[in-house]
Amino acid sequence: MHNEATRSFSTSASFQMNPPAVITAENLTKSYGELIAVDGISFEVPAGESFGLLGPNGAGKSTTMKMIGGVSQRTSGKLSIMGLDPETHGPEVRAHLGVVPQQDNLDEELKVRENLIVYGRYFGLPLSYLRPKADELLEFAQLTDKAKSRVDALSGGMKRRLTIARSLINEPKILLLDEPTTGLDPQARHILWDRLFRLKEQGVTLILTTHYMDEAEQLCDRLIVVDKGRIMAEGSPASLIREYSTREVLELRFGSERNATIGVELAGIGERVETLPDRVLIYADDGESALEQVSARRLRPLTSLVRRSSLEDVFLRLTGRSLVD
Amino acid sequence: MSVLTGGHSATDAARERTFGPLYSRNALAVVSRGLMAAKSSTWLILVSGFFEPVLYLVSMGVGLGPIVGSVAGPGGQEISYAAYIAPALLAVSAMNGAVYDSTWNVFFKMNFAKLYQGMLYTSLGPLDVAIGEIFLALLRGLLYATGFTAVMAVMGLITTPWAILVIPASVLIAFGFASFGMGITSFMKTFQQMDWINFFMLPMFLFSATFYPLSVYPQYIQWLIQAMPLWHGVELLRQISIGSFSPATAVHIAYYLVMIALGITLTTGRLRKLFLK
Repeated sequence: MHNEATRSFSTSASFQMNPPAVITAENLTKSYGELIAVDGISFEVPAGESFGLLGPNGAGKSTTMKMIGGVSQRTSGKLSIMGLDPETHGPEVRAHLGVVPQQDNLDEELKVRENLIVYGRYFGLPLSYLRPKADELLEFAQLTDKAKSRVDALSGGMKRRLTIARSLINEPKILLLDEPTTGLDPQARHILWDRLFRLKEQGVTLILTTHYMDEAEQLCDRLIVVDKGRIMAEGSPASLIREYSTREVLELRFGSERNATIGVELAGIGERVETLPDRVLIYADDGESALEQVSARRLRPLTSLVRRSSLEDVFLRLTGRSLVD
Repeated sequence: MSVLTGGHSATDAARERTFGPLYSRNALAVVSRGLMAAKSSTWLILVSGFFEPVLYLVSMGVGLGPIVGSVAGPGGQEISYAAYIAPALLAVSAMNGAVYDSTWNVFFKMNFAKLYQGMLYTSLGPLDVAIGEIFLALLRGLLYATGFTAVMAVMGLITTPWAILVIPASVLIAFGFASFGMGITSFMKTFQQMDWINFFMLPMFLFSATFYPLSVYPQYIQWLIQAMPLWHGVELLRQISIGSFSPATAVHIAYYLVMIALGITLTTGRLRKLFLK
C-alpha cells in the first residue's frame, strides 16, 4: 500500500488528487434473521480520508464497522479492505486496522503500558519494536505519567485515549472509531479530537461513526448519513448542509402546549417550518429577519435562538427525526 | 512527534504468516497475556485451588483413614485409605482447576471484561484464543498436580516410580475438562446458568468412586458413573499411582483424547459463532 502510494505520487499528479480506495463496499447487506441492520449500502473511502457514518442509534453504523473489521460476516454484497476480503482474510485485514470500539474493552487486569505491549503481541509484533512504540504512544495519548497505573484508575477520557493509543500499536493504515467521544465531557472530547486530527495529518484513514453532528463536522472530510441501514445522503458536511438545509435556523420555543399548533401561524416565514415536540425550527438564510417577521405577526415565543444550520438539520430533513433521541 | 514513521513496518510480521479466518498461529500471545495478568492479580485463587484437595486429603486420609483401615486398590492389593483417595483427589483438583479457568474465568472475560472482543479485533483468530486460554488452564493444572504429588510423597503415599506419571495424566484430565468447559461456557448468558456447572460438578466429585469403590452401587448407577469423565480420571490416576496397569488404562486415556477432540471442536465452533457472526 505504502509503495503504491509513493509510486503514484511520483508518476502522476492525478493519482495524488484521487488516491486509491482503501475501502470499497458494494451493496453491503447484513441481516439478523428478520431484522435488516444494513440494507445494501455502497461507498468508497480513498486513502487518507476521514470518512464518517452519521446516524441515530440502530442505524447500522456499528454493524458496518464490524463487517469492515471482519468480525461480523455480511449477508450479501462485496467488501474489500486494502484489496482483501475481511471475511476470508480476517487476521490479515485486521493487521492493517486499528479499532476503537464503542465501549472501552481495555484489559483491566493489566497496567496501562502493559495494555499496549500485550495488544501488540496479539499482532505478532516483537517486543524490541513494542517497547519503544508503547512509550511513544503513551506520550501521544498524554498518558506517560500513568504508564504504571491500573486501568480502572483512569478517567473516562484517559481510557478513551488509551484505547486509541492501543489501536495505533500496529501502525494501522485505517483507524475505525465507533462513537469515539460518546460519554465524554466537552474538554475530554476536544483533547481527543485534537489527537485524531494529528493522526489525520499523518495520513491515517479515519472511519468514524457518530451521532454527534459537531463531531462529524469537526472530523469528517466526507460522510454518509445512514438511517435504518440505508444511505440517505453522501457528501462533505458543508455540501450536505448546503444541499439539505438553509444557511441559518431560527429556533423558537412557545411552551409545550403551543408548539404543536403554532406551525400554521408561522407559515410563510423562511423556507420551511419544522415543528418538534419541544420547539419549532424555522429554516431561513437570514435567521434574524425571520425572527423580525415572527415579531411582526405578534407571536411571542418564550425563547428564540438563531444559529447556523448543522448536520442535525440535514438529518431531520432527510428522515423527519432527530439524531439524538 | 510522529506516531507513524520509523523503519519497521508493524504489519510485516503479521502479513507473512499463513492466514485463515480462524487461526494465526499466535496462541502464545494469549498465553503471555494470561501470565502477565496472573502476575498481578490471581495469586490468592491460585493458592486456594492448591490447598483444597490437600485439606481433603489430610482430613479424610489422616482423620478417616485409621477408622477405614486398608482398602483394595486397582489391582486388588491392599493399600491405605489415604493412598486410595489421594489420586482421586488429584483428579478432582485437575478437574476443578480446569473447569474454574475455562468456565468462570472465560465467562467473565467473555461477557464483562470484553477481553476476547478486543483480541479478535487484532490478528488473532478464535482458535488462537481458545488454544491460549486452554493452555493457561493446563499450566495451572500442572502446578496444582505437581504440588499435590509432592504432598503425597511427603505423606508417604507414593510407593512406586510410576507415580510420577500422575502429573502428566492430571494435565490430560485438565485438558479434557478445559476444552469442553470453554465451549459450554459460550452458551451461558447469566450467572444463574453458570450455577448449573456446579450442579453437575459436585455430584460428580462425590460419587465418581472418589471416596469408595464403584462396587457399592447397583449396576445401572455404575454405568451412569462410568459414562462420566471424572470416574475415568479417578481410575486412571489411581492405577498410575500404584503402577497397576490394565487394558482399562488405555480406555481411560482414550476417553480423554476423544473428550479433548470434541471439546476443541465445540469451543472453536462456538467462538466462531459468537465473535464472527
